Amino acid sequence: MKVLVPVKRVLDYNIKARANAEGSAVELSGLKMSMNPFDEIAVEAALRLKEAGHAAEIIAVSCGVTACQETLRTAMALGADRSILVQTDMELEPLAVAKLLRQLILREQPGLVICGKQAIDDDSNQTGQMLAALLGWAQATFASRLDFTPGASRVEVTREIDGGLETLSVALPAVITTDLRLNEPRYATLPNIMKAKKKPLETLTPQALGVDVTPRLQLLRVAEPPPRKGGVLVSDVAQLVDKLKNEVKVI
Amino acid sequence: MTQILVIAEHDNLHLKAATRHVLSAAQALGGAIHVLIAGFGCESVVASASQLPGVEQVLHCEEASLAEGGAENLAQLVATLAAEYTHILAPATAFGKNWTPRLAALLDVAQISDIIRVDGPDTFTRPIYAGSLWATLRSSDPIKVVTVRPSAFEAVPETGGAAPVLQRPGVPDSRLTHRTGLTLTHSSRPELEAARVVVSGGRGLGSAENYQALLEPLADKLNAALGASRAAVDSGYVSNDYQVGQTGKIVAPDLYLAIGISGAIQHLAGMKSSRVIVAINKDPDAPIFGVADYGLVGDLHTLVPALTAAL
Ligand SMILES: Cc1cc2nc3c(=O)[nH]c(=O)nc-3n(C[C@H](O)[C@H](O)[C@H](O)COP(=O)(O)OP(=O)(O)OC[C@H]3O[C@@H](n4cnc5c(N)ncnc54)[C@H](O)[C@@H]3O)c2cc1C
Ligand SMILES: Nc1ncnc2c1ncn2[C@@H]1O[C@H](COP(=O)(O)O)[C@@H](O)[C@H]1O
Repeated sequence: MKVLVPVKRVLDYNIKARANAEGSAVELSGLKMSMNPFDEIAVEAALRLKEAGHAAEIIAVSCGVTACQETLRTAMALGADRSILVQTDMELEPLAVAKLLRQLILREQPGLVICGKQAIDDDSNQTGQMLAALLGWAQATFASRLDFTPGASRVEVTREIDGGLETLSVALPAVITTDLRLNEPRYATLPNIMKAKKKPLETLTPQALGVDVTPRLQLLRVAEPPPRKGGVLVSDVAQLVDKLKNEVKVI
Repeated sequence: MTQILVIAEHDNLHLKAATRHVLSAAQALGGAIHVLIAGFGCESVVASASQLPGVEQVLHCEEASLAEGGAENLAQLVATLAAEYTHILAPATAFGKNWTPRLAALLDVAQISDIIRVDGPDTFTRPIYAGSLWATLRSSDPIKVVTVRPSAFEAVPETGGAAPVLQRPGVPDSRLTHRTGLTLTHSSRPELEAARVVVSGGRGLGSAENYQALLEPLADKLNAALGASRAAVDSGYVSNDYQVGQTGKIVAPDLYLAIGISGAIQHLAGMKSSRVIVAINKDPDAPIFGVADYGLVGDLHTLVPALTAAL
């Protein structure tokens, strides 16, 4: 079975995002970009499936600007066998990414796609589900555990839901999206980073895949939310209780 | 003419409060509002839904294939109803996030996730980058598929309406997925997202035993829900559904107590809109103090029991 892992290049999670001066876009120039943390978990999940003998090949895919090559090299340094960049300078909405991925999947015929549950830049939490719909495949979002039985046509996936955990029996092929507890991603070692430079990276375009990626949403404005007004330090518990009772009257 | 379909969240027995928050977003849009109850053996939910104020019609789909709220069947069902509507709204909860994008893709429209404000019939504001920024977006799609952040909209009352109920056919089971297990956390406490007071603990608690021994009595005194940072969940102090933050639950109670939580941006994303925030932390430079209305610097092992005793 091939496993396809879509990986997104995003602003590093340690950096606070700011709007540009015009309030028309997010300011990204010169800032550290990294692989979306949920996609690191997805890569790790795929690697573990390969190590356990369930997966034969891992293909990492990224859609976006040329610099997404770095993200793909990271995925390959972690252990992905090869990768595909769908290169475009257009802003890509989840629906467009899902359509691009569908075209690649029709070509590559993987038995499983593992996405992150959410990209930490747009916080959309959409792409995996959209992809599953476009393919008519089963989906299991917010996965915290995967149980593969060799040769089986279904996989058991435990999902993090609002009230606790749900386990689904999921028909293959399927799209799985990762939650934080699925695993702890490994780090790339220096020799593997060197090796990744020689692994195949194919570049395609939306046009070549016949996908219209025109945005459906127009970004009118990006702004900082109204700030919370500064608080105070209280000296002891008695003062805290007094403030809560008498100043803000919440208890 | 604005025609809104709100997809109710329920467990076949009870209507979840999130639905009432989504309704108030629907009312902000204006127009006719229908509510869909899709499930199996969910008559009591239908009865509750028809009493919600401002609802013109309740659609009831009763089908075994819809019993588990699985994404494949539910998205398919809503897709068959969608042509009659300009807006389809669902809560931005684990339930809504699971199937709504699937619906949007079936309809070939964008989804607008987790809105916190309605700016017009086709314009919405939503947080991005863990709430560091708010983006205002206009949709050019014929049907707007939107998930609503419950905590950003006041819930409508439970009663006051008397909407007629219309039975609609369900959809055949796709058989793509079925549930084989369900472990729900049982708690006598208020629901995290609906609680008036939330007591949340972080890595500073040090262990599951400390979390329980220190936070349970405090939460009892305050009739509070319990929450946690990611670090507390990852360390196994509490289960995953306690996590508050960018990728966990979003809460906005009257009072939020952050205990032994540093205040990473991903955590703040989930609680920054609380009315009053209290932080207890031994590190005076912890970022949590930057958003707290009242900060108490010191060791939580002594401060928390003292606070519990003083209440
Ligand atoms: C993709 C991604 C998603 C994430 N999503 C979330 C999310 O949804 N929610 C979330 O919470 N985090 C999330 N995080 C993690 C986040 O970045 C932080 O790592 C996490 O919030 C830290 O948890 P903490 O504050 O409990 O731990 P720490 O940052 O370790 O803070 C512990 C605090 O306890 C204090 N302390 C220690 N001992 C005592 C004592 N005896 N008395 C008083 N104070 C004490 C310390 O001073 C410190 O400030 C996410 C991260 C990533 C990368
Ligand atoms: N541009 C992209 N390139 C590759 N994968 C993506 C891209 N955008 C989203 N994804 C995948 O979809 C997941 C969810 O993203 P989102 O729906 O934007 O929150 C991510 O974690 C990735 O696995």
